[in-house]
Amino acid sequence: MSVIKRFEKLDFCEREALRYLRFGQSEADERTHSALEEVKKEAEAVLAPSVCYLQADVCGNCVGGIFVGEKSAGRFLSGCRRAVVFAATLGIGIDRLLSKYGQTDAFKCALLQAVGAAYAESLCDAFCSFLQENRKEALGDRFSPGYGDFPLQAQREIFALLSPERAIGLTLNESLLMSPSKSVTAIVGWGAPKTEKGCASCQMQDCDYRKDIK
Amino acid sequence: MKDILTAIKRNPFVLDGGMGTLLQGRGLSAGEKPERWNVSHFEVIEQIHLEYLQAGADAVTTNTFGANALHYGEEELISVVEAGLACAERAVKRAGKGYVLFDVGPCGRLLKPYGDLDFEDAVQLFQKTLSLVGNRADAILIETMNDCYETKAAVLAAKECSDLPIFVTNVYGADGKLVTGADIPTMVAMLEGLGVQAIGMNCSLGSKQMAELTGEFYARASLPVIVQPNAGLPREEDGKTLFEEGEEEFAKNVRRMVEEGARIVGGCCGTTPNFIRRVKNTINGVAPLPVCKREICAVTSYTHAVEFGKIPLLIGERVNPTGKKRLKQALAEGDTEYVLNEALSQTEKGVSLLDVNVGVPGLDEKKLLTKYTCAIQSVTDVPLQLDSSSPSALEGAMRRYNGKPMVNSVNGKQESMDAVFPLVKKYGGVVVALTLDESGIPQTAEGRLAIARRILKEAKKYGIERKDILFDPLAMAVSADPSAPSVTLAALKLIREKLGANTVLGVSNVSFGLPNREVITAGFFTMALTCGLSAAIMNPFSVEMQKAYYSYLALTGKDENCEKYVSFASLYTPSAVAEGGRKQAIEDGTLKSAIAQGRAESASVLCAELLKTQSPIAIIDGHIVPALDEVGKGFEERRVYLPQLLMSADAAKAAFEKIKAYLASTGAKEEKRGTVVLATVKGDIHDIGKNIVKALLENYAFRVIDLGKDVPPEKVLESAKEYGAQVVGLSALMTTTVPMMEQTIALLHQEYPACKVVVGGAVLTEEYAKKIGADGYGKDAMASVRFCENVCKG
Repeated sequence: MSVIKRFEKLDFCEREALRYLRFGQSEADERTHSALEEVKKEAEAVLAPSVCYLQADVCGNCVGGIFVGEKSAGRFLSGCRRAVVFAATLGIGIDRLLSKYGQTDAFKCALLQAVGAAYAESLCDAFCSFLQENRKEALGDRFSPGYGDFPLQAQREIFALLSPERAIGLTLNESLLMSPSKSVTAIVGWGAPKTEKGCASCQMQDCDYRKDIK
Repeated sequence: MKDILTAIKRNPFVLDGGMGTLLQGRGLSAGEKPERWNVSHFEVIEQIHLEYLQAGADAVTTNTFGANALHYGEEELISVVEAGLACAERAVKRAGKGYVLFDVGPCGRLLKPYGDLDFEDAVQLFQKTLSLVGNRADAILIETMNDCYETKAAVLAAKECSDLPIFVTNVYGADGKLVTGADIPTMVAMLEGLGVQAIGMNCSLGSKQMAELTGEFYARASLPVIVQPNAGLPREEDGKTLFEEGEEEFAKNVRRMVEEGARIVGGCCGTTPNFIRRVKNTINGVAPLPVCKREICAVTSYTHAVEFGKIPLLIGERVNPTGKKRLKQALAEGDTEYVLNEALSQTEKGVSLLDVNVGVPGLDEKKLLTKYTCAIQSVTDVPLQLDSSSPSALEGAMRRYNGKPMVNSVNGKQESMDAVFPLVKKYGGVVVALTLDESGIPQTAEGRLAIARRILKEAKKYGIERKDILFDPLAMAVSADPSAPSVTLAALKLIREKLGANTVLGVSNVSFGLPNREVITAGFFTMALTCGLSAAIMNPFSVEMQKAYYSYLALTGKDENCEKYVSFASLYTPSAVAEGGRKQAIEDGTLKSAIAQGRAESASVLCAELLKTQSPIAIIDGHIVPALDEVGKGFEERRVYLPQLLMSADAAKAAFEKIKAYLASTGAKEEKRGTVVLATVKGDIHDIGKNIVKALLENYAFRVIDLGKDVPPEKVLESAKEYGAQVVGLSALMTTTVPMMEQTIALLHQEYPACKVVVGGAVLTEEYAKKIGADGYGKDAMASVRFCENVCKG
């Protein structure tokens, strides 16, 4: 049985939300900013962030028996013996709001999608900080099925391992998509070196979603 | 035959404890399906059952938690269910005692609209398993359900393919809510409405936390209460999962739960036969509290219950096409968004329930009532009153409704009662009973009371209690009969006093045929409230009605510190001020600038103003489209960002709404440029881009059929053909779903070559789009609109 960790509050990064809204490096105008604030408040009221997880052995290109891809294992788990497999969700409240605005208000719906994505990222950050508390060994970077050579099919195995349906009400459908939608499954290794990650390592220099790289 | 329902009437009834954790201790590996052990390790399963019985459990639960057709093929499903039952039967035989509960867990998928499993598919899924049980169990235990809707599907499946008693437990958090939002009053009301035999809580919480909720659960329930807590919360220690509660602590807390109302007790994750032995010993001699009939008249959604008989409640009447041309038109054209906005705007006015009536001559009411019930439930959690004179329309919607609905209506005619009461018995609900019968509406209050009595008596035959009936003593036009309101009010009082039942009135009827109807309706409303009215079906936008309502609450001590009154009255705008705001908007510029700047309210007012002098088509071509073109160009040149584009789209929509209302009032039809079907392809849920394209296309007067996300190719084709689409727009954001896009395009081109396909999404490029066979590439939302314009120009 997996262990459950709930979070009362999450940090919110407006920059991250703006990135999803394709503002690139630009600042938000006043109306977008205030609308974003309003939507953020609505989202905040229904957030139920929870994570279920297990510690698992790393063995070759597998974690807890789940194949994570050769390149991914090399990049994210080199030198790791143990890793954490987790599933995180913001809960169904955001989906309910998305359903409402998706059918009646395209503007708010787009903002809410961005706010939800930013919160999901924030939840993963909060969870990894929680894992790191009182541990000497450093956590590496998290990586998820469907990215790089970590097959999306691994979603089924992660679900079989963690039973997040029961633990946190997170389900997987036939197309390997999760409900509630603002959810993440990922693996993060103990004692892995920090890699150069995300946008910095990406070829697409003029991507709308690109983060500011210093 | 031994009867489990008699057994639970006597002493506290002890169930078994955890299975999964024990199996893992005996070698079941993480991720392995436990039900397979019914066949491969049957002696282990049988032994665990036996250990529980020997420890003092009165019943064992079959190892069939995940035995459903999503996890097993047809043949294997039969064998794990059959073997699971056999293990329990053998253990009972060896122990020489014990009942068998057939275990049903959640299917693991979330139901629509938030997940992808259709409600009826869920019902069938549970039936596939439950139809294998026959009489080999003493009861069905539907457990660990964390969604109200899935619980309903499982219960209906059990009712439809078995006569066994049904026990249900749900997974509550420490806040007393399911992870999908329903609270204890909601689940109790819904499950009692569905007619199950025992209800309760299991899993997730430890015994200490569950004990905190037991009193509340007992106070709501008219049925025996089940508790099966975990052995505390799981925690991690050196990479292992441990449970925090020991046997003694657990048993002590279970004893407390029995003292506070639990009658059927057991354990869930982390508990073992030793836990159950300790429980059995600890509760020995403790008499359970009696099962009481609770007089709670409650209707629920999937999150909360509203209760009649405390303070009077408002039921919004606006989703009812009688006398509303624009709504009739929307229902005829399938304009869901308009209907949803009608529902949503009422919820902002403080109604506790919404009436849903979609009866329009010539339209399929049965289909529409179910459709809009589901659609409205996908945007608001305000409970609904399903309103139709057609029992078959009611049945469709009651079945699909997520929660316990209010049902309008039944009346004193035998035919009506014969048709409606069986539905209430099967699906649950609070039913509105009109005090009329075969000879019409009685002229006297006593006559209406007599009908109410007969209705109550007939309902009893079905086991439907007074608490689930709201009597409507029928408000009628004072303009036709000056004595009508007095008779209605007298009947209202009589029904309250003599029958102790709750009441409801469609108050607006009283003012039929009179000018400024809301003035007199509000007066009548106040009179009805003082006669003890429980709820009114009314227009929540009527300021007169709001004044009457909030004043009544404050003046009768039903509004603590006059809080509700204060918040209403301080926001209340006298009409002269509202008029000033309107003038301001007009002086503030042109429709074109209002749209370009994304000011929806101004756009609405300015468009209404233009309609006085210009034709709709002149406004669209001369004002709306040029404004959108300007914003669209800015977006293409990256001067305008996405949110600003959408604000303009909203403003244009507000203007369009005025045009639609105008057209509806003249009976004219709106001209569409063409029909576009939009979908995010199967395997993908990213629909931001698609939603933007939809908003813009609608602004450019296209008819848009939005199929949503994760849509299979066959569904896209079917809809494109059905609606005769000129263009299909497909969206995909992930590289993994582009092959699905290619497949969808190929199917469309093969089966429906007249239709063009435009694709968009972050992973696509013009070249890539060509490669997968698309006719067009929407670099962004505006490009997709331009493509559709070109195609439809011909």
